[in-house]
Amino acid sequence: MNNDNLLTLEGVKKHFVMGGGFLHGEPSFLKAVDGVDLGIKRGETFGLVGESGCGKTTLGRCILRLEEPTEGRVLFEGRDIMGYGRHELRMLRRDMQIIFQDPYSSLNPRKKVRRIIGEAFAVHKMLTKEERRDRVQELANLVGIRPEQIDRFPHEFSGGQRQRICVARALALNPKLIIADEPVSALDVSIQAQILNLLVQLQGRFSLTYLFISHDLSVVRHICDRVAVMYLGRIVELTDSGELFARPLHAYTQALLSAVPATNPHKKDTRIHLEGEVPSQINPPKGCAFHPRCTRRGEICTREVPVLVEAEPGHFVACHEPQA
Amino acid sequence: MTDALLEIRNLHTYFRTDEGLAKAVNGVDLIVPKGQTLGLVGESGCGKSVTALSIMRLIPDPPGRIVGGEILFEGRDLLKLTEPEMRTVRGNTISMIFQEPMTALNPVYKIGSQMAEVIQLHQKVGKAGAMERVLEMLNKVGIADPERRLNEYPHEISGGMRQRVLIAMALSSHPKLVIADEPTTALDVTIQAQILDLINVLKDEMGTSNLLITHDLGVIFEMAQWVAVMYAGKVVEYASVDALFSRPLHPYTGGLMESIPHIDQAVSPDKMLKTIPGMVPSLFEMLEGCSFQDRCNHAFDRCRSEEPHLVDVNSGHLVRCWLHE
Repeated sequence: MNNDNLLTLEGVKKHFVMGGGFLHGEPSFLKAVDGVDLGIKRGETFGLVGESGCGKTTLGRCILRLEEPTEGRVLFEGRDIMGYGRHELRMLRRDMQIIFQDPYSSLNPRKKVRRIIGEAFAVHKMLTKEERRDRVQELANLVGIRPEQIDRFPHEFSGGQRQRICVARALALNPKLIIADEPVSALDVSIQAQILNLLVQLQGRFSLTYLFISHDLSVVRHICDRVAVMYLGRIVELTDSGELFARPLHAYTQALLSAVPATNPHKKDTRIHLEGEVPSQINPPKGCAFHPRCTRRGEICTREVPVLVEAEPGHFVACHEPQA
Repeated sequence: MTDALLEIRNLHTYFRTDEGLAKAVNGVDLIVPKGQTLGLVGESGCGKSVTALSIMRLIPDPPGRIVGGEILFEGRDLLKLTEPEMRTVRGNTISMIFQEPMTALNPVYKIGSQMAEVIQLHQKVGKAGAMERVLEMLNKVGIADPERRLNEYPHEISGGMRQRVLIAMALSSHPKLVIADEPTTALDVTIQAQILDLINVLKDEMGTSNLLITHDLGVIFEMAQWVAVMYAGKVVEYASVDALFSRPLHPYTGGLMESIPHIDQAVSPDKMLKTIPGMVPSLFEMLEGCSFQDRCNHAFDRCRSEEPHLVDVNSGHLVRCWLHE
């Protein structure tokens, strides 16, 4: 793997045990993440897309070790963080922060904005009282919260402003990596654009690296430099954003892109109709997990799991029959 | 334009709250033409769902009340009907599909019996006849193995399948108008594409007219022939889909279109999106003049003092803006 990677994942798996146990026979496993390898370069915005249940959120949580991976390694700046203890993890989380989808449930309603943004300093026992006050002002200012609003409670803010507060909180400790899990999905379209612009501006200013998790392909195309598409716990395609949207190779990516309602009159005729639904992760199909819905499936697809290979320079795909 | 199936004139629906009077719908005018789909688009709180509930007369009173206007369905004002008369309209000639298919279905009844109940309520059929009709509808909405699904509970089927069940339920009484409130917002894109196709196929097959409520302009473009754009309780623009997308006239409509990243358009090198500054005004303190004035780049004196009217500026393209007076 490349040395300028800020974050590297090697064979990360997360299986949840379902049922089973004493008198209940063999447990079954829900394979939320089933062997993911990827590297995120310093300063880039890396997109992770897929439909609900594909494992994108679980993967994000594994990176922060909010979820313990069942198998595999997570390397941050070249160091394996899997063996980290409590203290080391706490130090690590200065460098890695997360922004959640729902700005309503991710802010404590009983704390004022000042305390929410400044909480990290208290947790990490950093800065004097005065320094904290100045830093909170500075952070609020950065994300567009006015000074007189700092002593208000979250319920006094709109969804877009709350997400700004979440961004300020994430920035407090000067992190290197921010995992943004559907950061604009709960917001109205006119507010989405404001928050996306804010994220882009902050990235330039503080050399941030983003892992941007989303189901909204138009947003991902807009903000991400490289994109990985997930299906049933695995990455099926990974390449530059421009390349992925112009020349997808995996049948699932092609169907996903064509399903997005667009305001382009020429697109209606080219829609690929995907039959059926995403299968269960407890009992995924044998071979390629996508084969029951795939229009190009061959005999091999029902037997063998395709591995992610570099089909073209920088363009990785896990398919037995990749086709532009 | 063809005949109107539904015409709303100057509808006002207010809610009494602790914070004051919320004017959720504050002068809505729109037309759903026969056999076509009208898309009603707007951001949260603009009053699009309250408009739908007003048509069905399902506004909880108190705190809400329809305080003015007319809702003409085939020329008859629904607001003048008695409650028993309204009951024969609701779910029968006008039916509704909701956003969240899990909460719209009763979790303790089997799919088959909840569907049969609706049919027996509105049509003169026995239990066996109703079940037959349920099977026919489940087949129609593309549910595989419908006999088995009859005996399943809502939690046993997927979100996409639940939405198909709701559509089957809404269409089982052969309604003339179907109101779909964000029918695919809770679904993944590939399932959304399936459901939207289904709604369109059934509309043509059964000759219904649709009022489709959504915040997604892409969905409107693919589904509707006509569009009404709502802002702060009012319709600010009404046009055919072609006219609206080729030449939006209201600054809000234009701003909304520009602020959305497009999947099929090049990204600007600085990755900046155009934005509409500020946010939606509060429903409690209505501004004097145009409600979009403080977010609008084109606002001038008149916008701050006088409220614009919805006027026809180009054969069927209506806009509420002083720029186009």
